[in-house]
Amino acid sequence: MYRKGLYRILENEPLTASVWRMRLAGDTQWITAPGQFVNIAIDGLYLRRPISVCDCDAQTLTLVYKVVGEGTARMSRMAPGTELDLLTGLGNGFSTGVATQRPLLVGGGVGVPPLYNLARRLLAEGKPVQVVLGFNTAAEVFYEEEFRALGCDVTVATADGSRGVEGFVTTAIARCGLDFDYFFACGPLPMLRALSEATAQPGQLSFEERMGCGFGGCMGCSCKTKYGSKRICKEGPVLAKEEVVW
Amino acid sequence: MLDTSVVLSGLKLDNPVIPASGTFGYGNEFREFYDINVLGSFSFKGTTREPRFGNPTPRIAECTAGMINAVGLQNPGIEAVIAEELPRLRTFFHKPVIANISGFSVEEYAYCCERIDREEQVGLIEVNVSCPNVRHGGMSFGTSPEAAAEVTRAVKAVTTKPVYIKLSPNVTDIVAIARACEEAGADGICLINTMLGMRIDMQRRRAVIANTMGGFSGPAIFPVAVRMVYQVAQACSVPVIGCGGVQSARDVIEMMMAGATAVEVGAANLVNPYASKEIVEALPAEMERLGIERLSDIIGVVA
Repeated sequence: MYRKGLYRILENEPLTASVWRMRLAGDTQWITAPGQFVNIAIDGLYLRRPISVCDCDAQTLTLVYKVVGEGTARMSRMAPGTELDLLTGLGNGFSTGVATQRPLLVGGGVGVPPLYNLARRLLAEGKPVQVVLGFNTAAEVFYEEEFRALGCDVTVATADGSRGVEGFVTTAIARCGLDFDYFFACGPLPMLRALSEATAQPGQLSFEERMGCGFGGCMGCSCKTKYGSKRICKEGPVLAKEEVVW
Repeated sequence: MLDTSVVLSGLKLDNPVIPASGTFGYGNEFREFYDINVLGSFSFKGTTREPRFGNPTPRIAECTAGMINAVGLQNPGIEAVIAEELPRLRTFFHKPVIANISGFSVEEYAYCCERIDREEQVGLIEVNVSCPNVRHGGMSFGTSPEAAAEVTRAVKAVTTKPVYIKLSPNVTDIVAIARACEEAGADGICLINTMLGMRIDMQRRRAVIANTMGGFSGPAIFPVAVRMVYQVAQACSVPVIGCGGVQSARDVIEMMMAGATAVEVGAANLVNPYASKEIVEALPAEMERLGIERLSDIIGVVA
């Protein structure tokens, strides 16, 4: 289920040169799974902007977003106290109801945030959580400490080697010999594809697409899967590895 | 007592507000937000003979006061609509629905319209000869008076329900096309579909939309829609459904004053899922403010 509501900005602060964290207060009951997203109305822009939920509790939700265009640039200039019109509870999110004892979470760049709440849930289910975070360079790294503070085993990879393992997330998984029986991933398309090809294990992958509405009304964000077309906003953004058509 | 009802070729609607095809699916997504029985009706997603995935993504782009879409008639096909969507719709929508039909040949239009004509819940057939996002079909039938008339005749020959032709604004003479449809037997005209538009991603130096161009909709096109509704209503005697950039009860009334009997709400549903419901609810207060007792009295009052 999804709903429209007003949310008040509590904090809005930069984590890196281009990645920001916004905490909002409001009704979070419609957010039921990690990896779901909200769709934000921004004054002066026509379409809402979809942003994944990084974390939420009974009264607040946390969004970690990268400034990539006009919408996110405007978000980064919003002051605490501002009220935002959000659609919440959008998308299917990650399913933790899968048979896994040793899950691996793999995030690339701004694909990292939705894994945070997922890590919390898996840990609460008593599972040890390994996390691989991939970035271009050390200056772009964020949430490494936050995952570690939860109790996750964290490996960082940077493309230029300025922090952690030099290379991509797939390099880090191979080099560190990570032992896992299932994976959850969110990140750029080339990363998702490389990861899917490099792993024998099953998993879930969260995809991005340009959206019109965010709730299945416009068919703007459809993709083809082995089981027919799916809307990234509605039957996605999370797809099972085995159904993805690359 | 304010009266918001209107009549489209014998089909009485409680109010003139109709979510436009392509912005409302087959109703499922919106019933999660509200009881869609408050609407006058709604026009379901453009349906073709075969199931279609549509165009490659990205197929959405932001614009000032609007958006571009190049979905390309994604739909499950007429048989699935009849076998699955309409039976499901019956369970939560208790009014006649408008069936939006598209095609790639005159025969396909006729086939789909004949199939959908037998469905009890369909109150009116809207023939989409104006989709800008498909090749060799859609808009190509709506940009010449002869082709639009040919589709109209073929559809009218196999249907019993009112047939409205949905026209494209991407033409030099909208009146000639509307008149040709009327003369070919159309029971009404719906306009406008989206305007052909394009945006460029300057970093990547290529079009934002994978299909390069797409249909521009949203409040930016409202004045164009009002103008074309006015022109067609002046020239034709059949009812007109006005569509294009409507986002408030005031817009509905303005469109009706230009000559529309009913009004479709499109892109507004996508940015505010409650848009159509809020417009229905705001109509009485707006009528009072403007001294309107019976909404149907103002249709085409601007001469």
